[in-house]
Amino acid sequence: MKGNISSIETMGLVDGPGVRLVVFFQGCSLRCIFCHNPETWNNNTKTLITVDELYEKIARYKNYFGEKGGVTFSGGEPLLQPDFLTAILKKCKENNIHTAIDTAGYGCGNYVSVLEYTDLVIFDIKAIDQEGYKSITGRDIEESIKFLNLCQQKNKDMWLRQVIVPTINDNEKYITRLKEFIKPLKNIKKIELLPYKTFGNSKYDELNIKYRLKEIPDMDINKLNMLDKILKSDNL
Amino acid sequence: MESWKQFKGDNWKNEINVEDFILNNYSEYKGDDSFLSPISRKTKKVWDKVQELLKEELKKGVMDIETNAISGINNFEPGYIDKENEVIIGLQTDKPLKRIINPYGGIRMVEAELQAYGYEMNQELEKNFKQFRKTHNDGVFDAYTKEIRLARKSGLVTGLPDAYGRGRIIGDYRRIALYGINYLIEIKKKDLDTILNDNINSEVICLREEVNTQIRALEDIKKMALKYGFDISNPASSAKEAVQWLYFGYLAAIKENNGAAMSLGRTSTFLDIYIERDLKNNLITEEEAQELIDQFIIKLRIARHLRTPEYNELFAGDPTWVTEAIAGVIDEKKSLVTKNSYRYLHTLINLGAAPEPNMTVLWSEYLPENFKKYCSKISILTDAIQYENDDIMRPIYGTDYAIACCVSAMKVGKQMQYFGARCNLAKALLYAINGGIDEISGMKIVDGFDIMDDEYLEYNKVKEAYQKMLKKVAKTYVDAMNIIHYMHDKYAYEASQMALHDTLVDRLMAFGVAGLSVVTDSLSAIKYAKVKPIRNEEGIAIDFEIDGDYPKYGNDDDLVDNIAVWVVEKFSNELKTHPLYRNSIHTLSVLTITSNVVYGKKTGSTPDGRKKGVAFAPGANPMHGRDCCGALASLNSVSKLPYKDVCQDGISNTFSVVPSALGVNLDNQIDNLVNIIDGYFKQKGHHLNINVFNRDTLIDALNNPDKHPNLTIRVSGYAVNFNRLSYEQKLEVIDRTFHEVI
Repeated sequence: MKGNISSIETMGLVDGPGVRLVVFFQGCSLRCIFCHNPETWNNNTKTLITVDELYEKIARYKNYFGEKGGVTFSGGEPLLQPDFLTAILKKCKENNIHTAIDTAGYGCGNYVSVLEYTDLVIFDIKAIDQEGYKSITGRDIEESIKFLNLCQQKNKDMWLRQVIVPTINDNEKYITRLKEFIKPLKNIKKIELLPYKTFGNSKYDELNIKYRLKEIPDMDINKLNMLDKILKSDNL
Repeated sequence: MESWKQFKGDNWKNEINVEDFILNNYSEYKGDDSFLSPISRKTKKVWDKVQELLKEELKKGVMDIETNAISGINNFEPGYIDKENEVIIGLQTDKPLKRIINPYGGIRMVEAELQAYGYEMNQELEKNFKQFRKTHNDGVFDAYTKEIRLARKSGLVTGLPDAYGRGRIIGDYRRIALYGINYLIEIKKKDLDTILNDNINSEVICLREEVNTQIRALEDIKKMALKYGFDISNPASSAKEAVQWLYFGYLAAIKENNGAAMSLGRTSTFLDIYIERDLKNNLITEEEAQELIDQFIIKLRIARHLRTPEYNELFAGDPTWVTEAIAGVIDEKKSLVTKNSYRYLHTLINLGAAPEPNMTVLWSEYLPENFKKYCSKISILTDAIQYENDDIMRPIYGTDYAIACCVSAMKVGKQMQYFGARCNLAKALLYAINGGIDEISGMKIVDGFDIMDDEYLEYNKVKEAYQKMLKKVAKTYVDAMNIIHYMHDKYAYEASQMALHDTLVDRLMAFGVAGLSVVTDSLSAIKYAKVKPIRNEEGIAIDFEIDGDYPKYGNDDDLVDNIAVWVVEKFSNELKTHPLYRNSIHTLSVLTITSNVVYGKKTGSTPDGRKKGVAFAPGANPMHGRDCCGALASLNSVSKLPYKDVCQDGISNTFSVVPSALGVNLDNQIDNLVNIIDGYFKQKGHHLNINVFNRDTLIDALNNPDKHPNLTIRVSGYAVNFNRLSYEQKLEVIDRTFHEVI
């Protein structure tokens, strides 16, 4: 069995707790308008790697992980390669490495076995209703809700992430609704609003893909902080 | 003795043994930084004055030069900054920042220095040194071989200390505080009558002459201190005296010598013992303790040496390498961290960031967590700290070693170093391909090689020629170093510093290499891709076309990283086949300071695709932009270079990261940085410079220097004020790989 990997970032310090190695899986079903990794969209073969080969690479960084750090499987969508993902997660857990997956929850099933070896789920909320989800990702919200519910059922620790894009969701009304969406969820260790940034644009030109947010500027950090405050009032 | 009241232990009382004194008396501190005091009123006054002077100096280049006296321990009148507010006193000359000329190294160098800054040479001095007193530089050139001259001229070996002071000698300045000058003289006299009184061979004759010079130097230090109103015949009896006595020792060294690196040693935990005693006896407060250290550090910040503009091009920013080694451990259970380790680092907050003294934390995984976090915080706030791996140095050098210059470890007072220069490994590769002919000048530099005329370079053939070339270069390089240090001992002996060593010292001779990443990638390209030389009419390869991809150093890929290991091992072994002057021990560093810019400028296009004139990466760093798997992969590649017995003079690595990539908030960044340093050193990496800032800050500083007067950045092995770099060097720093994460 081989995994199809896009790339590896050996110093990931924001995708999960502590110092982490981040493995980007190739392939994603979503086409998020603000995606800054469009090179990971298609399912073409990038780098094929066995579980042992990948583990060997991960193990080279064990000394940096300290107490909190570990490995994060991101993408693309790691859940689209569930067998490989489960196998590498299991191998890491057997060697006492903290595991996280960074996902939109839009995979192809087999979530139970994946979650068995996952310490932390970093869940990307694209939108909180069908209409918004469809317009941002091109797909239906149902699959991701199914995954989210399973995480809840299995009592998985979670980080929630939401990209805030000017003119699309950078308003108090949306944040208030987001708050309602999050409120019933448990085991939420962290909620992050990520500012939309334009720096991924050039990749689209290289890949000959039309970039749909051309006229949209970077998200203003002060405004983001203000929205973050609203979101996190009432101890959410 | 009254001065030693309350101090424990016996060995150090019966012989000179500072390490034993420290181990018997220091108090480890495991707490956090909450005890630290802010800058005192007096210190603030002194520092404000100094900052004004520094501004003026930056505009003028040099503040002033003393032309009527020459370097020497007691050749200058006392000088002050703000006498009533100075707690620790003593300047190199009678005025702050006024520089000394040192003609013993070479009178022509002095001429060039004076001319560069518009000063006239004192005629009597000129006559003395041109007619009656031979200099180090004269001696060296009388002895240089044809091969050395060619290698020097072409830049195959550069930075040879044949016209400037070699430096990298650390006097054990603590000895003056602990024992007083009289006892040190007594011991030296005893050595003359005992260990140096048997079997009078050439080495013993040399030592007998040197020890008598040392005794005169000790007497001069005493006289110099007396001019400032202090009698340092006897041991220091308070914290203030201990700092002052120790500083007089260092001051003597920088009045007498203009060495490239004039390092301080390992003083903070030693001084903590005196401070703790005074604190316990209610003789001083914490604020006064910090005041002593702040004021001592101010003095170290304004140490100056006179150098030519060409020298500054190699080693930018007016560096003095007042390197202080902080912390380290004794074993898995006990560290050498004291409150004074914190006080030294805290000067970067009280006085603001600065490149000197070169704060060097000896890092061990066994350091107290609180201290690790504190260092990490100060790094993030100031970019002024470098880290070196105590866990790989301690087994070799014990628990009382220090760092000279950037990365050179030595036992304090027991070992000294003969420093010298770097071999340009990338140029040596071009010579192997081009039959020993320089690719820029067209001159034949090394005999015995044929020009390669293959359409594509063949790996085995290139490798074989390169080995042969390294063998030749190693011989020439050793010859040069032996000559230089013979003459330096003879004509520019560092008496005040050697007086603060044991009479029988171990000598390390430190060789160096530059361009390691260029030569590694070049060999990798030849091996794994197809490299076609573009030749000029004489058949010299002046450029290269690369067909295909190849593994690049900096991605934790053994295929290429092993080439780097092979190169340093090969060169180290070649050096070791040649015996050294005074039975020195061979060591080797992978360190460039800022000279990577000049080396690049003087080297033609290389088979890795680097174009003619483009800067090399600093130290052991991978070439800019070639590491593509993130920073830790780059660290892992460098950590494969062997320290023990191979690059035992140090392996410099500079790590620059933008704050937002390091973590989402300061606490997060502090923790992550601790783990990165811990990880790198567990991987057996040797040295790490850490910079945490945005590229935009540097670009802003390039355009608006006045907005960033204290912007300090770490370059290979030292820190430098950004504003003092040349325009080219600034651009090179901005171009470097910054680790950013999306």
